[in-house]
Amino acid sequence: MSHNTYIYMFVMAATTYLIRVLPLTLIRKEIKNITIRSFLYYVPYVTLAVMTFPAILEATQTVWSALVALLIAIFLAWFGQSLFVVSVSSCVTVFLVELLLIH
Amino acid sequence: MQQTKRTWFLKGMKDGIPICLGYFAVALTLGITARRAGFTAIQAALVSLTNHASAGEYIGFTLIAAGATYMELCIMEGVANARYLLMSCALSQKLSSTTSIIHRLLMGFFVTDEIFGVSIAVPGKLNPFYTYGVISVASPGWVAGTFLGVILGNVLPLRAVSALNVGIYGMFIAIFIPPAKKSKVIGVLVAISFIGSYICSNIPFLAQISSGIRIILLTVVISLAAAILFPIQEEEPSSTQTSDPQPVPDISPAEKSLCHSDQ
Repeated sequence: MSHNTYIYMFVMAATTYLIRVLPLTLIRKEIKNITIRSFLYYVPYVTLAVMTFPAILEATQTVWSALVALLIAIFLAWFGQSLFVVSVSSCVTVFLVELLLIH
Repeated sequence: MQQTKRTWFLKGMKDGIPICLGYFAVALTLGITARRAGFTAIQAALVSLTNHASAGEYIGFTLIAAGATYMELCIMEGVANARYLLMSCALSQKLSSTTSIIHRLLMGFFVTDEIFGVSIAVPGKLNPFYTYGVISVASPGWVAGTFLGVILGNVLPLRAVSALNVGIYGMFIAIFIPPAKKSKVIGVLVAISFIGSYICSNIPFLAQISSGIRIILLTVVISLAAAILFPIQEEEPSSTQTSDPQPVPDISPAEKSLCHSDQ
């Protein structure tokens, strides 16, 4: 079965929009169930962490540059640097490490 | 009234500038991912225009490149964007009850980590025109960055592409590390997620299932276990909590509005 890029794009846009707009427009009462609330609260952090590692190790030319960038990014984020600074610093780190390791 | 709208819009535009710059850099790396998935610059920019979701778009491009089914894509967009469900809930409490459905439909389209973050931080009730001001500056950075990412991906040297590729992970790290610092539970969850994800990518049987399914399974299992073992003890500003069996500690209004709670 071959897939159409524009149907893919529609599925992405429609799903993303529904998730964002439904609570804002429909749900006036808050969810009382503490387990569901807790589950939804933890989901974003777990998903982002699962997507980051070990995928980051395969994103660069060598595992080592990604590993150093990962550590630097965690360090900077830990000490409150902005999304912009953390993101750019990890890019610069990979660039510098690969300058040293790959000729 | 017209004057108020204008003031809020201009204030939003000002706060949108740093978001625009951050979006631009991150969207460049997203564009490179889109290019690898076979998207043209126009298509990728269209995805960014219709989604405004870093993790959601990233996972979307990755799944599409892997030839995922429409259902797989739909489920994963739901999982990757689940946090917007919570943000949208919080944002609904920030709006005046008289805010029209048109404003709600429009604002719902732009619930992102950053736009939500500045919108919820406005003192008092949120005037939608503030958010529109932020969007008017930040959104073009996101769309243009994606467009250029696809184009530059063609001419950039391998070294530069390799460096830009980690930008998106740097952004994810910037989202989940600050709450991991504040909450031990989230910190441990992040460590477990790293380890679990690493093990599942390397164990012969588990490594063979698609990465999309692997992410869903890991997310649901780890988050559900955490929800059962460590239920959050937050309290919504409007809630009366009479039905809650546990005593609820006081937390600051800022923490309530950001859906953050420490154990």
